[in-house]
Amino acid sequence: MADLSVNIAGVEFKNPVIPASGVFGYGREYEQLFPLSKLGGIATKGTTITKRNGNLPPRIAETPSGMLNSVGLQNPGIDKFLSYELPNLLKKDTVIIANIAGSTAGECVEIAQKLDKTDVHMIELNISCPNVKEGGLAFGATCEGAAGITAQVRKATKKPLIVKLSPNVTSITEIAKSVEAEGADAVSLINTLLGMRIDINTRRPILHNNMGGLSGPAVFPVAVRMVWQTANAVKIPVIGMGGISTGKDAIEMMMAGASAVQVGAAMFTNPYAAIDIINEINEFLDDNNISSVKEIIGSVKPW
Amino acid sequence: MKYKQGKYQIISKTAIARDMFSMEILCPEITEIAAPGQFVHILPAGKTLRRPISICDIDKVKGTLRIVFAVKGDGTEIIAQLNRGELIDMLAPLGRGFKTPEDVKNVVLIGGGIGTPPMLPLAKLYGSKAVAISGFRSTDMVILQSDFEAAGAETILCTDDGSAGIKGFVTDVLKNIMAERGNPDMICACGPTPMLKAVSEIANSNNIFCQVSLEERMGCGIGACLVCACKINRNDQEHFAHVCQDGPVFNSKEVIW
Repeated sequence: MADLSVNIAGVEFKNPVIPASGVFGYGREYEQLFPLSKLGGIATKGTTITKRNGNLPPRIAETPSGMLNSVGLQNPGIDKFLSYELPNLLKKDTVIIANIAGSTAGECVEIAQKLDKTDVHMIELNISCPNVKEGGLAFGATCEGAAGITAQVRKATKKPLIVKLSPNVTSITEIAKSVEAEGADAVSLINTLLGMRIDINTRRPILHNNMGGLSGPAVFPVAVRMVWQTANAVKIPVIGMGGISTGKDAIEMMMAGASAVQVGAAMFTNPYAAIDIINEINEFLDDNNISSVKEIIGSVKPW
Repeated sequence: MKYKQGKYQIISKTAIARDMFSMEILCPEITEIAAPGQFVHILPAGKTLRRPISICDIDKVKGTLRIVFAVKGDGTEIIAQLNRGELIDMLAPLGRGFKTPEDVKNVVLIGGGIGTPPMLPLAKLYGSKAVAISGFRSTDMVILQSDFEAAGAETILCTDDGSAGIKGFVTDVLKNIMAERGNPDMICACGPTPMLKAVSEIANSNNIFCQVSLEERMGCGIGACLVCACKINRNDQEHFAHVCQDGPVFNSKEVIW
């Protein structure tokens, strides 16, 4: 058994595998299948200042080796999260990462202030949701926007702050550098790639929101590339995600420079994906006589 | 709610109508906890998303589930290619099924097309207390009529083109039955949205307890990802419930069409 632990911004993870925000709710449903304590951490469903109903259905469509979604940040709001979900999650012996989103910087600041008074372990600021008007991506698409909101949220909390980045930009490394400069403790990437499918019989987009976020194995090479570029551009840790569905994928993403990985769409294909990935990482390390997973982070040998 | 995920053996597979297949799957750990109206979430090999398919029969003695499904796209096509003896990857049983009160004297079960299969467990439960009305586009799509008869339910078939049974819609049959015999104690329905909406309107305006089984494009199947939203009025508030966890079966009075 290799040492699977990693440390991100002073927070110790027992292993580097985290179900991504949005696919895992607040853990209650998957807990019927496995103990949450097996996970490195949990990124909770994106939470906004007040309850949101989300977009009209259909909200999901299968695509070649992937899927599109446009949930639109349906969530019960921060107060319900604090009173009902967080106390339950904090008992689960895993790192709890509260994913937050807002339509204004002020909303994100208010949520961060509320979380600062709790025992949540980390905050993941979503500036990259492609499915909501003014829903984060308004900040995440430019260096100025990303820097501005990061600076304000940084002042609102002492919690380790992860900023979740969008791939739908000209240069993700420039955005990463600008949030690093404003005090982000880590960056996570990639959020989904904006996409679209049309039903040729009805001439209607399959998603009611017309467009949605593409995820799943199809985006994996794009994610590996962006994680590699970003890890080379910033000094803060990078959490890699985008199409990871096996232990081999996770190892590849970590070799590209990720200190931990998040697993999204793969949870739909295989509800045990996160657990299987942890086991497969361990097997790879043992088979290759690597004593700690930390040794593989950023270990790619580029040509 | 309890559910399991695993690979289970297919013990029979039959083509029962045009593009429609019936499969029996050996999965005692699932049949033990499955109830009428619940569904299974099946992974077509090589696909990212599972496909929700309603449960057509639960045999707790043999430990088998029966599913009947239509080939509608690539996913169901892959599932339809599986054969007897092969394994099928299922997450099940999922969702909230039909409430099955014991004190009802007459029940109307309405299935439209591929919405017919989830009515069979109810027909078996209620036997001669049940009238099973099934509607299909034409004779080559008719399924499960002998199963409803064997269950002891009064079995009424209609087709849109009149190529089998009565020519007309299931709602016409429902109205006729109500005119002849009065209101049933309960209606359960599954099928295309316009049919469910029409059935709900008849039930609601006559104050009949009516349960409808809804369908929506689905992700996780267990209530975590929130993609399969449907608009519901509960406690005088409109909100998005989720077909996989809060349904697929809803009280017709709650659904906002």
